[in-house]
Amino acid sequence: MPDELLSRSFTIHGRDFERAGEASTEIKSLLKELEIDPAVIRRTVVIAFEAEMNVVMYADEGTVTFVLTDEDIGVEIADRGPGIPDLDLALQEGWSTATDEMREMGFGFGMGLPNIRRNSDEFSVKSRVGEGTVVSSRISLDGAP
Amino acid sequence: MKISEVVNKTGLEALTSWDDEELTGVYISDMVSDIITGATGCGLLLTLQTHKSLIAAANLVDVGAVVFARDKRPAADVVELAEKAGIALFSTPVDTWSYAAKLFELGMR
Repeated sequence: MPDELLSRSFTIHGRDFERAGEASTEIKSLLKELEIDPAVIRRTVVIAFEAEMNVVMYADEGTVTFVLTDEDIGVEIADRGPGIPDLDLALQEGWSTATDEMREMGFGFGMGLPNIRRNSDEFSVKSRVGEGTVVSSRISLDGAP
Repeated sequence: MKISEVVNKTGLEALTSWDDEELTGVYISDMVSDIITGATGCGLLLTLQTHKSLIAAANLVDVGAVVFARDKRPAADVVELAEKAGIALFSTPVDTWSYAAKLFELGMR
């Protein structure tokens, strides 16, 4: 079993554009202090930021749990919200249900989940319509999945 | 190229305080998901987006300076956030393409 070195959990509120990005910024600072490989930090930050924005844009509330072990980084985002009726579609680049307002802000280009998957060594998403979505991601510290 | 050279030669208006850092390159995008994956360590980000999440994204990928084209200006709380994050904000009256051309003429690659 890998040794757990650090874990943090952040509550993200739906529609809270004011504080969007705070959790990923804190995760980045923690990883930087620990002198983790910059490429690993970059991938973790993309995952955390996209996950945070997904909660802000679509869900009511969510929790981002970040766990660092001596082998890998785990990021899990569990939200209470509308859920995703068709996961295959949601994972398709360019597919989005964003509103015009979100698109004007430069979001909603259907990059969120694909970006999370692309930057993960292990990725899973589970969703129940009307209940919420759980996205789990693992990034290996040595660059190998 | 130093920020001071870019500011003086392309006529930028500073919206925050700034340090005269070296700019390693340029990235142009108005899509936040694109910035978060593409603008890493770019130095200068040229964009039309002026909201808080843009600053959060720029900070996450270590952008040093943001230039808003077409005289766009962020709200006071966004400027404050950028100051805290150490990201210099500037505004140019010209459109994105015209400003990109100025940077290219200056020798930015």
